[in-house]
Amino acid sequence: MATEFHNLQELRHSASLANKVFIQRDYTDGTVCKFQTKFPSELDSRIERTLFEDTVKTLNNYYAEAEKIGGQSYLEGCLACLTVYLIFLCIETRYEKVLKKISRYIQEQNEKIYAPRGLLITDPLERGMRVIEISVYEDRGSSGSSSGSSTTSSSGR
Amino acid sequence: MSAVMISRKVTRKWEKLPGKNTFCCDGRVMMARQKGVFYLTLFLIIGTCSLFFAFECPYLAVHLSPAIPVFAVLLFVFVMAMLLRTSFSDPGVLPRALPEEANFIEMEIEAANGNVLAGQRPPPRIKNVQINNQIVKLKYCYTCKIFRPPRASHCSICDNCVDRFDHHCPWVGNCVGKRNYRYFYLFTLSLSLLTIYIFAFDIVHVVLRSVDSGFVLVCFFTLWSVVGLTGFHTYLISLNQTTNEDIKGSWSGKNRVQNPYSHKNIFKNCCEVLCGPAYPSVLDRRGVMLEDSSSPAPSDASAASTNKGSNPVSQTTKSSAPLIPNEHTPDEAKPGIGAGTQKSASSPKDEKPPSPTSPNAVAPGVIKESTH
Repeated sequence: MATEFHNLQELRHSASLANKVFIQRDYTDGTVCKFQTKFPSELDSRIERTLFEDTVKTLNNYYAEAEKIGGQSYLEGCLACLTVYLIFLCIETRYEKVLKKISRYIQEQNEKIYAPRGLLITDPLERGMRVIEISVYEDRGSSGSSSGSSTTSSSGR
Repeated sequence: MSAVMISRKVTRKWEKLPGKNTFCCDGRVMMARQKGVFYLTLFLIIGTCSLFFAFECPYLAVHLSPAIPVFAVLLFVFVMAMLLRTSFSDPGVLPRALPEEANFIEMEIEAANGNVLAGQRPPPRIKNVQINNQIVKLKYCYTCKIFRPPRASHCSICDNCVDRFDHHCPWVGNCVGKRNYRYFYLFTLSLSLLTIYIFAFDIVHVVLRSVDSGFVLVCFFTLWSVVGLTGFHTYLISLNQTTNEDIKGSWSGKNRVQNPYSHKNIFKNCCEVLCGPAYPSVLDRRGVMLEDSSSPAPSDASAASTNKGSNPVSQTTKSSAPLIPNEHTPDEAKPGIGAGTQKSASSPKDEKPPSPTSPNAVAPGVIKESTH
């Protein structure tokens, strides 16, 4: 791909936002937080399908871990109830801990995999846990003739 | 420019949130606009308990046991804590879609609907999803510009979509939704216990001292309404239903869909609702909003976007801000691409992707998610 960015700083300053792809929620298992692993066609020539699917599957696993209803969540709930929920002023809930892990994971994925390909993932938490927003950047230098033109937003760019 | 210390007040995101909520304590407290009935609730609870503590507890403590008022105090503290927690917390508000997301959804809808002839009403915006082998319809919210997740509903009083919307309760001055339903239930439950407790000892007091029984009558009426409400919500929890679904009759009737969220086991349903994880708020009310100047100028915003938080009104690139290490000025950070230098200040703002770019891209597969 012609759009090679070596780090996130370069991405910010020398690239322009071409398009955004939104990965929607997958509700087949109910209201648990889970995202669709279907590979969007706009990313076809930007990133390998397996890498993308791995990222989404890992995120789904993290969310499943956060929302798991089992021994630990009961314990947390009962303990919190007994302390009239004041305990949450002192300690973090399990969900919040997992969200921090997710945030670190997304940053790491961005640095290692997505930014070098001119993509950037936004943490779903900033979008109300509704979508995974993937911003697609194109190198300003190679206007129009960018090879990564599966982003068929050829309209403006 | 990023080095300039701005000595003006910091703007936090809650100040710019759409919807009709009121916020207190710099965004820590979130309530509905009309709070009159909530104050009435507070008055009734505190008033009744004060009378009980003032007039009956001394007698009961001396003649029966000092544990009686002690337990009453504990119960009263629990009731107040649950009430305040229900009233002051975010019920699970879903933030509205930012412009790109809204456009993306619009494109999907247009692609799915195909060409609508002039004069014809476009079909209703509904998405079908399959949940546990039942088809559930997701409706589109015109205010928030999203397809509502299952069990979410738009509260017209607060003008927000709320996840797992139960109802809007004027007594607590807030919506009851995913995040505060358990506190609401514990509030009604503990209030029932408190009312029964006070009622019982009123009667004891009246019997022992042959005093006026007017107080007992008030308790009696309160008792029935509160206990009734607690009973109703216990029933809903055991079936894993919300008040909203119950009122609309979403899962009742033979020819309608059965509740796909119920585990068909009362114990499991109760555990999920009451002992489930503590969901975080997705609103980030106390995040700092980026403002370099009075106007949300795109050029400034993007350069300053390395600060945490993202302006809900403005653009995309800031959403990625927390992930990117702090940069000093555009000039030093940039490497060899010459054109980048000047543009970096006004970077991706102007490059809004002109909306209908590739309508065929994602639409057809996404709208109808149920397996045919």
